[in-house]
Amino acid sequence: MSEPAIQVSELSRRFGDFTAVDGVSFEVNEGEVFGFLGANGAGKTTAIRMLIGLLQPTSGTARVAGYDVATQAEQVKRRIGYMSQRFSLYEDLTPRENIRLYGGIYGLTREQIRTRTAQMLDRLGLSRVADAAVRSLPLGWRQKLAFSVALVHQPRIVFLDEPTSGVDPITRRQFWELIYDAAANGTTVLVTTHYMDEAEYCDRISIMVAGRIAAMGAPADLKRDYRVSSIDELFVQLARPDRAIDPTGATHPAGPTRPSRPEGTPL
Amino acid sequence: MNALVGLLRKEWFHIRRDRRTAAVLIALPVVQVLLFGYAIRTDVDNVRLAVVDPAPDAQTLSLRNRFAAAGVFRTVAVLPRIVDLDPLFQSGAAQQAIVFYPGFSEDLGRGEAAKLLIITDATEPNTGSLLQAYAQAVVERWAGAAGEAGRGVRIVPQVRMRFNPTRESKNLFVPGLMAFVLTIISSMMTAISLTREKETGTMEALLVSPLRPWQIIAGKVTPYLVIGFLSVVMVIVEAWLVFRVPLRGSIPLLLLEGALYILVSLSLGILISARTSSQRVAMMFALLGTMLPNILLSGFIFPLESMPAALRAISYVVPGRWFVTIARGIMLKGIGLEYVWRETLFLAAMATVLLAASVRSFNERLE
Repeated sequence: MSEPAIQVSELSRRFGDFTAVDGVSFEVNEGEVFGFLGANGAGKTTAIRMLIGLLQPTSGTARVAGYDVATQAEQVKRRIGYMSQRFSLYEDLTPRENIRLYGGIYGLTREQIRTRTAQMLDRLGLSRVADAAVRSLPLGWRQKLAFSVALVHQPRIVFLDEPTSGVDPITRRQFWELIYDAAANGTTVLVTTHYMDEAEYCDRISIMVAGRIAAMGAPADLKRDYRVSSIDELFVQLARPDRAIDPTGATHPAGPTRPSRPEGTPL
Repeated sequence: MNALVGLLRKEWFHIRRDRRTAAVLIALPVVQVLLFGYAIRTDVDNVRLAVVDPAPDAQTLSLRNRFAAAGVFRTVAVLPRIVDLDPLFQSGAAQQAIVFYPGFSEDLGRGEAAKLLIITDATEPNTGSLLQAYAQAVVERWAGAAGEAGRGVRIVPQVRMRFNPTRESKNLFVPGLMAFVLTIISSMMTAISLTREKETGTMEALLVSPLRPWQIIAGKVTPYLVIGFLSVVMVIVEAWLVFRVPLRGSIPLLLLEGALYILVSLSLGILISARTSSQRVAMMFALLGTMLPNILLSGFIFPLESMPAALRAISYVVPGRWFVTIARGIMLKGIGLEYVWRETLFLAAMATVLLAASVRSFNERLE
């Protein structure tokens, strides 16, 4: 097995006295769909921003596509795609113009841009509206287009920050099909979400609580280890220690101990 | 390079698809110069003049005619006695009065100093002194003419107003106004356009891409430099056609200086947007940051020479100060780069510093 797509070791980020990300370590393998879960403010956005080169780590290291994010940001940027929940499309431009813009930004040739535009529009079924302003398209279409645009330069890794928020369940389902397509083509996917059902679609997930990774593993393994029936249940258990159940089945009224977290660490 | 071309094309699409905004951006400076150009003036015109002439004769009538012919004065009353003046001044019916003393013509005839009183309403001191100077000038010119005709008049002080012989304030104000209007609109253009991208989230996508900060900034500045330059051309044409401000110097030089000045303002807008996150805040900063200094500290309305040293020191960082000097110099004095190189250098330095600071704050966001 070659080098992992993402390799994070003791990564921390402090803002003044506040530690947003606190000594996080994990690896994501090539072609994996890795779910990044956590409540608002748990530090997942800060962690992602460090991985995509928008934020410098305070300490620790992170290698993305084999390059150090702190010292080789340019190399990293050429090899990753990114889509935030705000889509990053220009709404007054057409789908075709958006694809051409980002294609140009990532250094594709005119020829490459032409063929990929045709492919993408065809696969998304957007050929008919290729020259209409993005603003006029339904949210679900825009979102699928944004995802494809994030993949226009065929990055090794794509980061998706809450890509499905505010979208209906059917469109979410279709969106995940696109994610699987990308993964099947060898693209590594790191996706944050707060829909726990989506977590089940991931190969592996990590759950962040207060800047640390509280649990990590394949969804099925985690459910078995923590004796919960759904990721949703696990998430609530980790995020609210007073209702915690440890893997041995004994309940702790206060100060629970869990395998992934050293004793006494505040949540 | 392909990336930068793509950015420029994208920006061009934004501008072209929002034609109304583009039209406003280009036309606004012209409209503002027109409005302010007529509003801000210190010329005296249509002065309400009262004349007290106890014993009208050829001499007094000759001087009165001079006043009437000056074009600035409008005689509202001719009175026999000086006491009748008070109500006229109190009601505001008269702003100025010339009072002939009894025996005015006789004194003149004998070659003695003839006495004439000029009374001016000095409620507004500046206007007052201007009126005073105008009236004195009329009397002196009349006295000079009378002197040549062989009648005794002593000293005729000679005053020459260079560069603006007619002392028209528009020649002073219009170049300053250009500086004022162009900087506001230019800094707002970039400030708003960049913060809009922050609000919609597209800025994040650009920052995650391999684009370098200077490319993002160049992609923003270039299209608006074109728009700003169109405004410069239109405002100069307006100054020349509508306000008849002379264009004595090199027009290409003036255009180049205008482009440099626009660049400084656009860069200021970029820096503001790099430091703020919402369009509204950026707009406020761009407005306040350009409007106040350019009214107060550019020498556009208030002469810098009469300011305390501290304020004068601050004026060094107001771009308008340098452009006002340059524009007045080229337009009114017809001077070339050999006289305005210092000002030009200041503007070029400001553009460099502002752009470098913007690139820096783009980088800082990553730390």
